[in-house]
Amino acid sequence: MTALPPPSLKKLGLVIDLDTCVGCHACVIACKGWNTENYGAPLSDLDPYGAEPEGTFLNRVHSYEVTPESGAPVTVHFPKSCLHCEDAPCVPVCPTGASYKRAEDGIVLVNEDACIGCGLCAWACPYGARELDALVGVMKKCTLCVDRIYNEALPERDREPACVRTCPSGARHFGDLGDPESAVSRLVAERGGIDLMPDLKARPVNKYLPPRPRDRLQEAPPDLAQLCEPGTEGLTGFLGWVDRTLSRF
Amino acid sequence: MHPAPSIIAFTALSGLGLGLLTYLGFGAVTPRGWSAFLWFGLGYGLTLTGLAASALHLGRPERALRAFSQWRTSWLSREAVLAALALLVLAPHAAGLVFWGRAVPLAGMAGAVLCLATILATSMIYAQLRTVPRWNHWTTPAVFLTAALAGGAILTARVELAELALPWLALTLALHWILGDRQFARSGQSPETATGLGPLGRVRQLEPPHTGPNYLLREMAYVVGRRHRMKLRVIAMILACLIPALLLGLWPGWPGLIPAAFSHLGGMLAARWLFFAEAEHVMGLYYGRR
Repeated sequence: MTALPPPSLKKLGLVIDLDTCVGCHACVIACKGWNTENYGAPLSDLDPYGAEPEGTFLNRVHSYEVTPESGAPVTVHFPKSCLHCEDAPCVPVCPTGASYKRAEDGIVLVNEDACIGCGLCAWACPYGARELDALVGVMKKCTLCVDRIYNEALPERDREPACVRTCPSGARHFGDLGDPESAVSRLVAERGGIDLMPDLKARPVNKYLPPRPRDRLQEAPPDLAQLCEPGTEGLTGFLGWVDRTLSRF
Repeated sequence: MHPAPSIIAFTALSGLGLGLLTYLGFGAVTPRGWSAFLWFGLGYGLTLTGLAASALHLGRPERALRAFSQWRTSWLSREAVLAALALLVLAPHAAGLVFWGRAVPLAGMAGAVLCLATILATSMIYAQLRTVPRWNHWTTPAVFLTAALAGGAILTARVELAELALPWLALTLALHWILGDRQFARSGQSPETATGLGPLGRVRQLEPPHTGPNYLLREMAYVVGRRHRMKLRVIAMILACLIPALLLGLWPGWPGLIPAAFSHLGGMLAARWLFFAEAEHVMGLYYGRR
């Protein structure tokens, strides 16, 4: 049955730091790579070398411009994948039972062998986290790299989602958000992590850390030009001797 | 939302067929022999054609039977189960009238109730979605039910029933459009809530995640044709409600019924196209669309 399981104690998910994400899309590529070569049907591309390339992705990075009331606009890079919601609206709508939430750790998955590709779960998701693969005809979504995180064949440092493992700026964190003492939960508490579209009552597990306030110069430095002019003060050795000698003439 | 021809055909045709079967089941008309064969044949035919069209929409149609399993949680599954039950339960009534000229009222009544429940389940697939504020409203089941009852009344040739149901269809359609226009604003969702960046300022898309289109944009951020929505609403209203009511009023017999039925179906197809094309999914906010 596609009923949601009772809330699990363990709630595995991601914490995404919008302050440090540089928008490099490495997580997009790592995700596509891992999930095309491993669990489930590959993530297909259409017209990959043509004029209109497109494909199935489980993780996409948007970029937004945020204009404050006063001051300059800020660019915020915004990675988005399945948020593994506690009240996942994509699960109960599934007519076949293919879409389910794991009772043990809260990961939302699709049983691709039972999916009929009706697309209703993608309609029910507020976040655009599910994509129907055009070639295979089944729904694809983030698995939280369930085939990595418990995989004892991998070195321990690799037992986290591919997107987290690859992120060069440390903007992605993986852990148990059901445990208030976990590193990710403490990070969320410290930085005031937020839910996306909380009014829609999906209760996402993944949290987003808002950009930190930009610091401002309290007072202008005394002589900016001095910082830029190449000077010869303190020059020693041969170059110092040349400088001193030539300055005499 | 993407107005897929298969879903438009499915909801319009099966709605019409189930509406007709509802009247036949309740005994609004009790045809016998060949005329019963034609009438029930039309009802079953339309319903089954609609269901077949809906299967075409699936990514893996060969697994469609699995959709009967999750009736406890899924409206889509309930719709499949109820449609099958309605057609099965109604069968003794239909067979009785066709072959023996005798009604089986108990099966007819139960089948008619199941037909109505099927239409309700279809509408709830859309009405349950908080992500599509325009659908997430009581007018969605109201339109589906009144459309089936009005269309069914035309097909049963019970002019007085049709003249009763058509104004209700016009009213619910108008309410669905007018109230629906306010639904997205009422949901309170914006690029600021979608990204959670509202406290920092106004949010605008700077760059989409990819240069090309994708499934999400095609399926849920369909914006083509909204420009003509007012014209299409007028056309749908005239074809689905006004012309059938006038035709049946002027020529209550067969000469009026057949064009009335076609006009109604054409209008409902336009209305269903709008039902999808006008509906905005909150996901579009991530792409700077509505």
